[in-house]
Amino acid sequence: MTTGLWIHWFLPGILITLELTVCGAALAAVIAFIAGVGRSARHPLVRFAAGLYVEVFRGTSALVLMFWLFFVVPLAFHVQLLPMWAAVLALGLSYGAYGAEVVRGAIAAVPAGQREAAIALSFTPAQQLRRVILPQALPEMIPSFTNLLIELLKGTALVSAVSVADVSFAAQLARLATGESLQIYAIVLLIYFVLAFAITRGMRVLELRTKASVGQLSTMEIAR
Amino acid sequence: MTWSWDVAAAFLPELLAGLRTTVVLTALGAVVAFTLGLVWVLALRSSSRCLRWPVAGFVELVRNTPLLVQLFLFFYVLPSAGIQFSRSTTGVLALGVHYSTYTAEVYRAGIEAVPAGQWEAAIAIGLSRTRTWLGVILPQAIRRVLPALGNYVIAMLKDSPLLALIGVADMLQHARAHGASTFQYVEPYTMVGIAFIVISYPAALLVRALERRLVY
Amino acid sequence: MSTEHVPDLIRFEAVTKRFGGKLVLDQLGFHVAPGAHVTLIGPSGSGKTTILRLLMTLAKPDEGKIFVDGEYLTHELKRDKLVSASEKHIRRVRKKIGMVFQHFNLFPNMRVLRNVTEGPVHVLGLPQEEADARAKELLDMVGLADKYDAYPSQLSGGQRQRVAIARALAMRPKVLLLDEVTSALDPELVAGVLDLLRDIARTTDLTMVCVTHEMKFARDISDTVFMFDGGKIIESGPPEQIFTAPTNERTRKFLGTVL
Repeated sequence: MTTGLWIHWFLPGILITLELTVCGAALAAVIAFIAGVGRSARHPLVRFAAGLYVEVFRGTSALVLMFWLFFVVPLAFHVQLLPMWAAVLALGLSYGAYGAEVVRGAIAAVPAGQREAAIALSFTPAQQLRRVILPQALPEMIPSFTNLLIELLKGTALVSAVSVADVSFAAQLARLATGESLQIYAIVLLIYFVLAFAITRGMRVLELRTKASVGQLSTMEIAR
Repeated sequence: MTWSWDVAAAFLPELLAGLRTTVVLTALGAVVAFTLGLVWVLALRSSSRCLRWPVAGFVELVRNTPLLVQLFLFFYVLPSAGIQFSRSTTGVLALGVHYSTYTAEVYRAGIEAVPAGQWEAAIAIGLSRTRTWLGVILPQAIRRVLPALGNYVIAMLKDSPLLALIGVADMLQHARAHGASTFQYVEPYTMVGIAFIVISYPAALLVRALERRLVY
Repeated sequence: MSTEHVPDLIRFEAVTKRFGGKLVLDQLGFHVAPGAHVTLIGPSGSGKTTILRLLMTLAKPDEGKIFVDGEYLTHELKRDKLVSASEKHIRRVRKKIGMVFQHFNLFPNMRVLRNVTEGPVHVLGLPQEEADARAKELLDMVGLADKYDAYPSQLSGGQRQRVAIARALAMRPKVLLLDEVTSALDPELVAGVLDLLRDIARTTDLTMVCVTHEMKFARDISDTVFMFDGGKIIESGPPEQIFTAPTNERTRKFLGTVL
């Protein structure tokens, strides 16, 4: 593999992959929290709306959604989405739905007594959520979020099908140029693997930080 | 929003043909994933390091990297090694191998959840290791993890459109082909998207019902 | 060790066992005659359950040898030299030993009848009809003639333990190990299981080694009671002596709290 391929396609491709992962994750996180809190809300209409979003987008195929945003939206709604943003939107909507379930589950796992104590102190629902419930739910969510983040990283590869120049797209080009399929795909797999490893490590640090901030660190974790 | 029911009706037969392919290939992929996953988990529990480490490395690598890349790897590299599979077979294998790394993890959790007392009772009446696995441990482990396996079948269904990218004639490929020849994209892609939701949602409900019923 | 008129059925020779850093059995010497009914008592952690687990090969001794029915369990003779036993040897000798567990450990994915026939069919090689007949006989004996087709989850604790006893007896062992078999039962179900075991003790020549907290039961069926503490036997003798006039201070203290 020539250095030319690296400089023009692979390195920029890695950057695009990272950009997609970060932006997709950010959008997914925002959606996940809104929908997750919505699912746990008391108002039945809010719960239903959030539930509808979650069930619909958990049922869609990410690739089909990407194609839909890329081909149908311009034609049907006369809105032109940049490929990059169509991709980020598809990833955010898909993984946000799974994230919403994680958020909902973690909120449900916070002991009921915590909400009761917050009510006794006259916290508004928003304050209850922000000051009492979410901080305690957060450490609970991180292991599942780590898995979803890695799924999202793998999901970014789908953008190559709509010609966004990420690492997988670079691999396809390189294959057409050099024909060394095995070498190229092996290297690309390794790149993704390293990225996934970095994510796992980073999330572990985040988990320890959030646990410390709510006093949930076990003695073993403190010792390390 | 421009939508033509005539175009939708015209695409319907192709949608159904593609649907059949999608379902069949997902089912075959699931069979591969379920069988291979069992092979991996038994290898990971063996006492031989020569078996454990390569398998563990392989499983980690496949599980943490995109199915898309693995699919292309299978599709472009296998022929040069002299193996000529059809597109469908290649797709099923890639799908199955990728998801076998998930089912292995699921099996592992199920096996570890079987109480130690079961192993001890099997030793106490002198059952051989094979007999203990086949008659006592696996039946309990698999029953416990059926819901998780069910969820992965649904995940495989939603990943099956990737096979369109190597030309397999599933729902997505039919939509792409139809769009390319008639320039009608809106109806086919929308119908394909809805088709997936219409299949996945009841399937997910089924798995949740299964979860509630499977309590020992 | 004292000389016996009949050869020991079970003999522990200087057996030592550690778990983590803790010394659980300390150069233990211990023997059981054929047909004897022996009870092991003592505080938790004194090593008595470990003895059963070593006999059932659920654990391996760190030092020492275990002898069962004419040959060593833990070692085998290879060209006139005693070496660590192979898996095959252990499996063969272990067939003579059966065990009933505190938490029953019935196979939940099999009906009651199959729980009892699984061993005879797959280990002893009995044809299915013979195994079924034997199993039904035993299930009738333990009072569960109407439960052949039930699943363990449908039975009470006492019923499950009785199936477990039938399952162990179906293997026709020479030795039956009983590990606190009534400790996990509701009080009203304990008597039924103990009565069954008393019958078995009375009517068969099975050698029985029990670990139990049920002192009356121990007094009823045992020939010998061994008091364990700190991994050693600190006192042994017939139940009348141990329970009414123990000579060791620690035995007295233990029995004072239990009786």
